[in-house]
Amino acid sequence: MAILVIGEHDNDELKPSTLNTVTAAQELGDEIDLLIAGANCGAAAEHAARVTGVKRVLKADDPSLADSLAENLSPLIAKLAGGYTHVLIPASTYGKNIMPRAAALLDVQQISDVSGIEGEDTFVRPIYAGNAMATVRSKDAIKMISVRTTAFESATEEGEATIEEVAGAQESGLSKFAGEELTRSERPELTTADIIISGGRGMKSGDNFAMLERIADRLNAAVGASRAAVDAGYVPNDYQVGQTGKVVAPNLYIAVGISGAIQHLAGMKDSKVIVAINKDEEAPIFQVADYGWVVDLFEALPQLEAALGEGG
Amino acid sequence: MKVLVPVKRVIDANIKVRVKSDQSGVELNNVKMAMNPFCEIAVEQAIRLKESGLVDEIIVVTVGAAQSQETLRAALAMGADRAILIETEETPEPLAVAKSLKAIVDREEPGLVILGKQAIDGDNNQTGQMLAALLGWSIGTFISDLVVEESIVKVTREVDGGLEKLELVPPAVVTVDLRLNEPRYASLPNIMKAKKKPLDTFSPSDLNVDVTPRTEVISVVEPPAREAGVRVGSAEELVEKLKNEAKVI
Repeated sequence: MAILVIGEHDNDELKPSTLNTVTAAQELGDEIDLLIAGANCGAAAEHAARVTGVKRVLKADDPSLADSLAENLSPLIAKLAGGYTHVLIPASTYGKNIMPRAAALLDVQQISDVSGIEGEDTFVRPIYAGNAMATVRSKDAIKMISVRTTAFESATEEGEATIEEVAGAQESGLSKFAGEELTRSERPELTTADIIISGGRGMKSGDNFAMLERIADRLNAAVGASRAAVDAGYVPNDYQVGQTGKVVAPNLYIAVGISGAIQHLAGMKDSKVIVAINKDEEAPIFQVADYGWVVDLFEALPQLEAALGEGG
Repeated sequence: MKVLVPVKRVIDANIKVRVKSDQSGVELNNVKMAMNPFCEIAVEQAIRLKESGLVDEIIVVTVGAAQSQETLRAALAMGADRAILIETEETPEPLAVAKSLKAIVDREEPGLVILGKQAIDGDNNQTGQMLAALLGWSIGTFISDLVVEESIVKVTREVDGGLEKLELVPPAVVTVDLRLNEPRYASLPNIMKAKKKPLDTFSPSDLNVDVTPRTEVISVVEPPAREAGVRVGSAEELVEKLKNEAKVI
């Protein structure tokens, strides 16, 4: 087994998703290389070299790779993949954008969102919003895999890999980065938070999310949302938890005013403990909740805030 | 400019799927089917481009069994002009679909391909990216805004950290996210008219495309079930249980 992990990073440091993906790679074998493709990405490459289990960091440092454009990055991955049995990437929007283009260039049928590794060619993945789990065997010579990061622990950072430069990046001229609007928050990221409190349509307005934020601050929690709350414009798109948003699996997930459509459950039902706060006692969210509280959320949230304050 | 919109027939998004007892897949018999919700958004966007005068013709295409004609007719009723069915009894994988679509792009030479970012059955999220790769075209995935100009396609993408803007050199492939638009319902007169719109059928071999699966499904099972827990009656009781019973705060 020779495994290439495509590292997600911001040129300065690795994203946590890369650490989960390395753990998935370790289930396949111990010859693991980690690609850091970016521009002025030396710091990210040094961070990558500390990831336990990584033998070599491949650093592709080129201006054409600055913005992770698929048209520039995917051909480089396809070029490098020839030396490996497996290529793994996190199933984040970064990985979902880049990996299928690389797989098609290699004439490989990618396996998306892998949550379990049964053998060198056999993988488990959720289908139908996680309402079924498929075990599939790949017949392709190179296995191209995107990894569901919540299904694998984070690799530790006690390694000492070598860093090698790789060339071959080329500007395609097909697309250009033209700006971004990133949500800035002092709170933990949704995909790595230990505790998440999410609001749904029941929150009734974006302003009312301040009630969730005050509780989040007491618990050091991230704030999420259902699709309904995002569609209604209460919060930005990157808050969305669900089948087509972010998949999360924190220790504690508190769903407030969320009815529990299957598409939302798909994104959070692997959480260790689920709390549902909803005034509709028939809401499907109660079927997956460890603790359910049937109450008007506008009464419940101030009381919860006060109870947390008293306790600590 | 012509626009090509690939669509897929899937189990209706509101139906709870059931795994077959022999673990070979999910039950599709006597289950309500519908157009994949992301595909509806793609069709809607193409119609809006046509209404704004930027597009002359909308061609919808699908790869699947004969019943997929229903999905094509639904897209024609929304406002697409003509349809192509690539008929196969195989369950087509994204790579095979992308190869089939490439063959149609080579024939029809559209300036833009608009498709859903994923189908809610396989949840693969691959076909658009693979099609762009095979064509050597630019790609904008997971878009929530689209501006088509003479020599540039501007997209806003929904990414994990927020929003990203890209400028694509046409011809381009774009895959649509949920918030791009709200698809219209087809009117009864348009449903009637759609029955008379042209629908061509090809087989994959007509297009010289090999759709033999690259993966083998070994089993499909139910996920581990979660059981409903207990009800609490106050904030104090909830906090106490989270601290002392669940030990998560």
